[in-house]
Amino acid sequence: MDLLAGIFTDYTLRNVALGAALLGLVGGVLGSFATLRRQSLLGDVLAHAALPGICLAFLLTGTKAPLILLLGAGLAGWLASLLMLAILRSTRLPEDSTLGVILSGFFGFGIGLLTFIQHSGDSDQAGLDKFIFGQAATVVGEDVLTMAVLGGVALLLVGLLYKEFKLLTFDPAFASSLGLPVRGLGTLLTSLTVIAVMIGLQTVGVVLMAAMLIAPAAAARQWTNRLSTMVWLSAAFGVLSGVLGAVISATRENLPTGPLVVLTASLITLFSLLLAPERGLVWDWRRTRNNRRRIRLERLLLDAHVLYNHAELTPESLAQRRRTAPARAKEELEELAARGWVTGRGERWELTEQGHAEAHRLEQAMRVLPKALNPRAEGGAGGAA
Amino acid sequence: MSSDFVIVLTAIFVSTASALLGSFLVLRRMALMADAISHAVLPGIVLAFWVSGGERATAPALLGAAAAGLLTVTLVEWLTRTGRIKNDAAIGLVFPALFSLGVLAVSLYFRNVHLDLDAVLYGEIAYAPFNTLEAFGLNLGPESLWIMGGLTLVNLLFVLLFYKELKLSTFDAGLAAALGFLPAVLHYALMSLVSLTAVGAFQSVGAILIVAFLIIPPATAYLLTQRLPVMIALAVLVGAVSSVLGYVLAILLDASIAGMMATVAGLLFGLAWLFSPVGGVLTARNRRERQRREFAARLLLAHLAHHDRPVPAREVLEEFGWSPAFLAQAQQWAQREGLLAGDPNGLRLTARGAALAGERP
Repeated sequence: MDLLAGIFTDYTLRNVALGAALLGLVGGVLGSFATLRRQSLLGDVLAHAALPGICLAFLLTGTKAPLILLLGAGLAGWLASLLMLAILRSTRLPEDSTLGVILSGFFGFGIGLLTFIQHSGDSDQAGLDKFIFGQAATVVGEDVLTMAVLGGVALLLVGLLYKEFKLLTFDPAFASSLGLPVRGLGTLLTSLTVIAVMIGLQTVGVVLMAAMLIAPAAAARQWTNRLSTMVWLSAAFGVLSGVLGAVISATRENLPTGPLVVLTASLITLFSLLLAPERGLVWDWRRTRNNRRRIRLERLLLDAHVLYNHAELTPESLAQRRRTAPARAKEELEELAARGWVTGRGERWELTEQGHAEAHRLEQAMRVLPKALNPRAEGGAGGAA
Repeated sequence: MSSDFVIVLTAIFVSTASALLGSFLVLRRMALMADAISHAVLPGIVLAFWVSGGERATAPALLGAAAAGLLTVTLVEWLTRTGRIKNDAAIGLVFPALFSLGVLAVSLYFRNVHLDLDAVLYGEIAYAPFNTLEAFGLNLGPESLWIMGGLTLVNLLFVLLFYKELKLSTFDAGLAAALGFLPAVLHYALMSLVSLTAVGAFQSVGAILIVAFLIIPPATAYLLTQRLPVMIALAVLVGAVSSVLGYVLAILLDASIAGMMATVAGLLFGLAWLFSPVGGVLTARNRRERQRREFAARLLLAHLAHHDRPVPAREVLEEFGWSPAFLAQAQQWAQREGLLAGDPNGLRLTARGAALAGERP
């Protein structure tokens, strides 16, 4: 509790937590659209492509003012996305390779520039390389303000154009038939993603930025089928991972914030994947197991029913019919008994009233299907029975 | 051996080993798995580092990284198969999480050890000549040459031995499976080799820049040819050229060697994109322009064939609605081909031009 209180009292922690929360908020909202549009890895590309932009902005202006560096980052990321679209449109190169080429080519150039600046003996450059992993611990009030303004603009635009973006995401063909400028809107949405990346660079850095656009959105997707709910949830998950990551990293020295924020978001996603109602994998596994068990018991009951009606129901006869060991057949009969479908009298077993009713119901259920599928049988001249 | 030579040779080994595998990654649309694996080998290396008691031993690192690579592939496939998450998002979820674990472990336990994050990220090939391999009391030369040379050989053997299977499962996985080629086994073998190559190259070009070597040269080759053997050979060539030019550039600018190599590779890709004889952007545009001009010139010839006297340029412009510049281009081409005479009174066909125009009904 002391730690959470620290957010309000500790100046550094408050700034770090605010920065991370802002990243989570903007990344969560824009990530929702990006993942639904199958552009999840665009964030990764934009983040890597931002590095040369940061270095060039520093080389050209000689300042380390966050806004200028972030502008450089944004311009480079934007250029990269335009280049990517141009390559995709004019060649047959697969999309993922194009992403890879842009990502690694820009990043390599960025590393080259970064080392060039470092080796040129400019003492001002210290900390420039922190953009690779983020420099959450050094985020100051002024940075938070910059992030808030940038993020505010992005969120405001998303709010104003929500309906258009929604249509663009789910049915671009319909959107364009309504006369919406689909290509322009797509570019705008991508540009807003660039803003999210710019905010993330200072907190989680280039390498981990992909996760902050994907993880909260992927987690939110598991809980709902509605876009609006998903966006809100995704934003909430993003903020939660940001704040938790920042707080955990403050508990000990040498705990970098960026990786912790990302790991928190990943854990939230894992939790959602496993346990979200309806889509949760655990429920899925349980449903499958229950179904398998139910079907096995029903087949068992039908076998027992046949034996009981036409021969006699003993573990031996059941074992013979089901081609299992008599010991196993005995266990199976006991399973049925536990359901109240059979009762045992020494070696001879018989179906209970309930067992008869259930077997009858199952037989009827099995007959319904072929009859309904075959209209001629429905006339029922008695042949089917 | 001079240290320049060792560095460039190591880089060529890295780029060759990468290009051999990368060609198949690009064709199989798994380029981003290379990205994911190269990030995710970090926790494997850290784990191996920890298990081997802080020694920077090579064998455990290779094993750990290969394991991490396979873990990444398996996790991504598991996530995709649940149907809850699309493939690209699955990649984007798995590798940052694994990479975060690696970074966390490094900054918690190995802060003061010989495993700093800068080296993890962009490597330091400049030290390649100084880490020498010693066995049986003999100095066998730079370790990186042995590792990368060995990996290059292994990758080359893999591609040569399983060329048929790789080719078939790349272009028609269904048929490969039907013929009993076990595409899944091949897939995991390929991914294991990618992981091994990534970690082998980890000391020299770093975990992240290996992606540049795996993807950019094959993608460049992809733009230049439609044939698989040619593509692989070109990818190797592009990788080697990037290694040499990148090194020269890095020395001139005093910048990261691996970074400059990736930059040169990116520039080569850009050149291929613009000027490739097979569908380069500028090549295609030039061809379209030339065809337009030739078509216009033939149209002009056909028109002039109906007139006995020279036709003034003004009349042609009105007739076809062309711009004067465009007419000049078409005229120039036809004159160069000797189909149009330079008559001051207007446009007139030469005998050859008239014959050509008359041939057409």
